[in-house]
Amino acid sequence: MPFCDLKLKIFFFRYGKGPWILEDYDLELKSGEVVGLSGPSGIGKSTLARILAGYVLPYKGSVRLQGKDLPRKGFNPVQLVFQHPEKAVNPRWQLEKTLNEGWTPDEELLESLGIEKAWLKRWPNELSGGELQRFCVARALSPATRFLIADEMTTMLDAITQAQLWHAVLERAEKNNMAVLVISHDGPLLERLCHRIIDFTRTNH
Amino acid sequence: MLEVNNLSLSFTQYQRGLKQKNIQVISDLSLSIQEGEILAVVGSSGSGKSLLAHAILGILPKNASLSGRLYYGGQELTAKRQKELRGKEIAFIPQSVNFLDPLMQIGQQVRTSSQVGSEKGIAKGKGGEKEKDRDRDREKGRVKDRAKDKGREKQRKIFDRYELDYDVENYYPFQISGGMARRVLVASAVVGGPKLIIADEPTPGLHHEVVKEALGHLRELADEGTAIMLITHDIATALEVADRIAVFYAGTIVEIAWASEFTDHGDKLRHPYTKALWMALPQNGFLPILGRQPSPSEPPPGCLFQPRCSLSSKSSSTNNSSCSQEAPVMRELRSGKVRCHFAT
Repeated sequence: MPFCDLKLKIFFFRYGKGPWILEDYDLELKSGEVVGLSGPSGIGKSTLARILAGYVLPYKGSVRLQGKDLPRKGFNPVQLVFQHPEKAVNPRWQLEKTLNEGWTPDEELLESLGIEKAWLKRWPNELSGGELQRFCVARALSPATRFLIADEMTTMLDAITQAQLWHAVLERAEKNNMAVLVISHDGPLLERLCHRIIDFTRTNH
Repeated sequence: MLEVNNLSLSFTQYQRGLKQKNIQVISDLSLSIQEGEILAVVGSSGSGKSLLAHAILGILPKNASLSGRLYYGGQELTAKRQKELRGKEIAFIPQSVNFLDPLMQIGQQVRTSSQVGSEKGIAKGKGGEKEKDRDRDREKGRVKDRAKDKGREKQRKIFDRYELDYDVENYYPFQISGGMARRVLVASAVVGGPKLIIADEPTPGLHHEVVKEALGHLRELADEGTAIMLITHDIATALEVADRIAVFYAGTIVEIAWASEFTDHGDKLRHPYTKALWMALPQNGFLPILGRQPSPSEPPPGCLFQPRCSLSSKSSSTNNSSCSQEAPVMRELRSGKVRCHFAT
């Protein structure tokens, strides 16, 4: 897998006419690294995640992938996994369709994430949060994904499921030379997973 | 204080047309809480822990069917008693700050709970002279004002306790921060002087300091003699304040252990799932185990944990067959409780 970097440059952001929540901020992610991001609630961590993945645009500044803007069409090499999977899947699609929307995950990945064959024919309301989150992770781990942004990805899950998902993600990230940004409140989890940790309270202002 | 015996809970849902389906959520669950104790119920999100709280409070939806027995203060907790006691002797701290009324000022919200608590609950509990006095006052038509003053006094006392400015009385929920809103929720639960508090995920997605503060409030209340049931998915949080931990798995409780037993490699713990859970924490081994929690609607035959159990696969084939054939019952073991054939 080719080396890649994602750069975020000095930018400003606010919702509507609210206060500025991100100012003057620089962030760089490089292929193969696992970076943690922690900070108190409401400081703008999730907004940062959404900007990095191109869901919202900063007022000023840029998100550059290999020196270019993020692609507006096709598969997004920056994939975002949210905290609440219930809100991130189409309730009117069977999970098979959700899973295969971007790419077709291989058997090995499904197995390492503990996804059972029978679940593919289920509807989202028939599965628990932990089960749905496995699908959200699987669909984001395509070989075309260069950066994975995990915004409180396992906060709502029990410790065993959390360990299970992260082992699978890290293994795949290494194989594909992907970068992972882990946003979490959980200090020990960040310590365990990350090469470096950014404390958002201090860097931001 | 509170005893839950063999509680099972299921929902009837319409599938297609008039076809109905029964969904099992909780099966054969037993626990008890003493005065001055925090019992944490720990299990993964969406596994039905909140419904246990709702069952105790008697606020389940209509399509729920419940079996088993609840006892509160030695007497059976019937639907009628639940209605009388909830919000007074039995208080609830909800999961989300969305439970505050967005159109009511904070002070008023806290006073509402205090009035409910003082006027009826205490009078009914104590009975006798006080109630007669109160009746006489009511005839004079002064009780309303007095209750109002008393309500405000109580509310201010509780505001002092939780370091809320009196200015906050006039604020609406959207004007206060998340941490403050959590304090308001605790304040409204506590203001009526409850004997049992059920706190449902009081610390989701909060920063460590806020979590510590919220838990500190609970510990303080327990030390004053209140019984507290803390429902959470976060075992690390639970261990910070709880006296005992009830481990929830696939719709039932598999072990009740002392918080002090969660140390080192979990050798003092009884159930293999509890051990696995402990060792899966990032600060411990971060070790996953295979498989997933079965749904309580489609339980595996025999023990619920058998398909993932290390104890069952290690032991001889005769042992193994009893795990897959016969569901273990909850039994006493080393001053705790466990639901396993082979735990020692």
